[in-house]
Amino acid sequence: MKKLITTALVSISLCCLSCAALAAAPIKIGALFAVTGPASFLGEPERNSAQMVVDEINKAGGVKGRKLELITYDTGGDATKAVQLANKLIKNDHVVAIIGPSTTGDTMAVIPVVERAQIPLISCSAGIKITEPVKKNVFKTAQNDTLAVARIYQQLKKEKKSRVAILTVSDSFGSSGREQLKSQAAKYGMQIVSDDTYGPKDTDMTAQLTKIRGSQAQAVICWGTNPGPAVVARNAKQLGLTLPLYMSHGVSSKKFIDLAGEAAEGVRLPSGKVLVADLLPKSDKQKAALLSYVKDYQRHFKAEGDHFGGHAWDAVMMLKGAIERGGDTPAGIRNALEATRGFAGIGGVFNYSPKDHAGLTQDAFVLVEVRNKDWTLVK
Amino acid sequence: MEFLNQTAQYVISGLATGAIYALIGLSFAIIFNSTGIINFAQGEFVMLGGVLTIFSITTLQLPILAAVVVAVAVTTLVGVVFERLAIRPLKDATPLALIIITIGASILIRGLVMLLWGKDTQALPAFSGNDPINFAGATLLPQHLWIFGVTLLVIVGSRLFFHHTISGKAMRACSFNRRAANLVGISVGRMVLLSFVISSALGSLAGVIIAPLTMTSYDVGVMLGLKGFCAAIMGGMGSGFGTVLGGLILGILESLGAGLISSGYKDAIAFFILLLILFIRPQGLFKKGETDRV
Amino acid sequence: MKSDKLKFLIFFLLVIVAPLPLAGGYLVNVLIFVGINGMLALGLNLLLGYAGQISLGQAAFFGLGAYGSGVLTTQFAMNPWLAMLVVAVCVAAFAFAVGFPVLRLKGHYLAMATLGVGIIVHIAFNETIDLTGGPSGLSGIPSLSIGSLVFDTDLKNYYLVWGFALVAMLLSLNLVNSRVGRGLRAIHDSEVAARVMGVNARLMKVQVFTLSAFISAIAGSLYCHTMTFISPSSFGFHFSVELLTMVVIGGLGSVYGSILGALLLTMLPEMLRAFQDYDIIFYGLLLVSMTIYMPGGLVRGIPLLFRCLIPARGSQNA
Repeated sequence: MKKLITTALVSISLCCLSCAALAAAPIKIGALFAVTGPASFLGEPERNSAQMVVDEINKAGGVKGRKLELITYDTGGDATKAVQLANKLIKNDHVVAIIGPSTTGDTMAVIPVVERAQIPLISCSAGIKITEPVKKNVFKTAQNDTLAVARIYQQLKKEKKSRVAILTVSDSFGSSGREQLKSQAAKYGMQIVSDDTYGPKDTDMTAQLTKIRGSQAQAVICWGTNPGPAVVARNAKQLGLTLPLYMSHGVSSKKFIDLAGEAAEGVRLPSGKVLVADLLPKSDKQKAALLSYVKDYQRHFKAEGDHFGGHAWDAVMMLKGAIERGGDTPAGIRNALEATRGFAGIGGVFNYSPKDHAGLTQDAFVLVEVRNKDWTLVK
Repeated sequence: MEFLNQTAQYVISGLATGAIYALIGLSFAIIFNSTGIINFAQGEFVMLGGVLTIFSITTLQLPILAAVVVAVAVTTLVGVVFERLAIRPLKDATPLALIIITIGASILIRGLVMLLWGKDTQALPAFSGNDPINFAGATLLPQHLWIFGVTLLVIVGSRLFFHHTISGKAMRACSFNRRAANLVGISVGRMVLLSFVISSALGSLAGVIIAPLTMTSYDVGVMLGLKGFCAAIMGGMGSGFGTVLGGLILGILESLGAGLISSGYKDAIAFFILLLILFIRPQGLFKKGETDRV
Repeated sequence: MKSDKLKFLIFFLLVIVAPLPLAGGYLVNVLIFVGINGMLALGLNLLLGYAGQISLGQAAFFGLGAYGSGVLTTQFAMNPWLAMLVVAVCVAAFAFAVGFPVLRLKGHYLAMATLGVGIIVHIAFNETIDLTGGPSGLSGIPSLSIGSLVFDTDLKNYYLVWGFALVAMLLSLNLVNSRVGRGLRAIHDSEVAARVMGVNARLMKVQVFTLSAFISAIAGSLYCHTMTFISPSSFGFHFSVELLTMVVIGGLGSVYGSILGALLLTMLPEMLRAFQDYDIIFYGLLLVSMTIYMPGGLVRGIPLLFRCLIPARGSQNA
């Protein structure tokens, strides 16, 4: 009899302990960011934002009572490393989902790996090829370049300008933008009269801008990320180029204004709403999330929460929602992600569907202009 | 008329970039001449000049002149440490070992700067403002004038130093024949140290004056170093006018290539020119042929 | 001779059994890249360690092999094995042609010339967007297959890549012990003396350059079929420097040294992961200190270290 009671007690306590252990077992999420290397301006804010929001979720009790564990690896912007690290996350760390990578190149390299392993991936990079054609397990939170280009072309069409000169950086961000600029030109009645490139580390673009000055262009569109466009802005001012200068969302941060100085005045670009959060009307669905993100990031990292960090924030939050709705298995998460509707995040309002794993429309972008060293909305 | 203006602009912008390559090329040539070493870390000295100046201005709150002095002094110190720790122990090393060690040092310096000052690009305010100057149908910035001015001073200074002072002549003697120089009482070790001091000071000075134009971050040194090396080879690795001309020609050809041919292949043009020179006239454009003892 | 064969047999068995205890973990994936890097280091070692010719542009041949195979199999739907052969032969021919003017140079000039070639090729990968996809890379490359056996898992790719690597090692070992190998070492010591002895130095240097390019191109094809995606960023100057480091750290002029160097440098990021941002400093320090204190590389340095640490047993000679 005593033996029976002891056995029963032991088994009950074992059950309780294992239940507790199971309940306490954190949900493992993997993250691949380019924290060092040429794309560190993407990877660092993304890693910071992801860690920040995971910590906040855990502090508030986690997801369905379980904590989230974020395992981050640095790809250094190298596709080979990205593949190795994706394998490590899946086979060694047994994650149920992966956030990132930061660059289109890394993402394209990692896609075959996650598709084979059937692990959902929420990329933070902008390349349209990531979600077109749609792959079962691949989603993204960064806005397509298509939308940014469309916003610029729309404005130019409104101002009755039709001849543009494009100056793009020769990395994956720039070349993707260039592709979109060329393919959408006809739709908006634009004619590209000059098509030039510059290298990511180039320090002088006066040659290209001189050529543009001598062409028939009515506007210049520069597609790149800091510091290139800042140099372009300064060179343009030096050459006395008075054409309207449009940039890409790649420079939607205060850093651009710091680097370009006075040359930044009058520059226009399509930006995620995070830059002008305080200027948005109260009715804007994203305003609350944007303001709290900017405040939190400033508090944690003493720096401006920007557009790029926002991609990681959106990814983690949507993942949280998917786990809440679909459980903690990769398949469940994937299905719940695909069913995400109306999520008002930093990058925009997301609506995923089986045919659309990018989830955003043109409202994700607003056109801003630099005035008095600060951003203003262009009506 | 427009085409002429355009070409004038290409040439003038090319001259400005070329002057930078010339300065960096000179610093390569100085070390090569006294030690036979190609210092792959030279670009990092340029980078240090810019980064340290910005650090002195923003964090140490120094006025710009003091900041420049501090930057050049610290970089020179780094050069000395580098020579003592990495070059001195390898007295009779093969060219391969020297190349690897200088590449390793450049990686190390870059990594340290990345850790200490982050990966961000930073801007330095221009020395004399930003108003463009018109000249022969093209425009220049005041900073370009600073670059030309400093380059000119350096040319004159190096001519005076290498041909009219004992130390300078001693360094040239080392470059002709180390053993003979040793035999006539020149302390080769000290000359090597001096060459590193001059090179790192020169490199950092170049970095300081171009930082307002090009902005600076931990990895600007790589490409600049390589292009400076091209300039030095074009000029025949001499410590004087040849290298400067080589740099200017390189800058102009690059600028013309970018504007008239293709902006994407701009860097390829520079290296293609380098290959041509190496294949056809390895002693450089301005030197007579050399013979090697076996 | 017999001990050489035994050494190789042991290594061969090691390669065969290595993945088994790893139980399909992600280290198998890393070992694939060790194999590819090993082949590249081997090619560079032949040029650098035996013939004494510095090359800072090895990544160019690797890249040409990868992009050649990638473009032929995606844009022109060529059979991957045929593409691999065609590309390797073309790259070898390119190396043969470029080798004649380049290898006339010596020392630093040779280093810069190879650097120049490497950078020009890298820029070409970036700019020829219609062919290579440009900076965004080339995706959708098919895996290799023999009949119904498709090489699409890490384990299968491991054996595929190491099969090629072992053949390359065998080739190198045979080469260095042959007339050609002795000729190469003579050139390394003193090119003029070798010439005087009747060694056709110029031709031999170009031949070894071509062989090195051939091996690198095959490694490139294997890389593109195992990754199924390539982008120009993997084939730049920094990778040439990495290969150089592998050869130097492993040991110049040693076949096993190249493999050791490749193993160490591919696994190093794993071991340094705890240090995250500091790994670049460690890397630079490693290069500098190895060059000063262990110039023969690990393959010679470790036995030397043992001999210093273990006290001599008596004295055999006076």
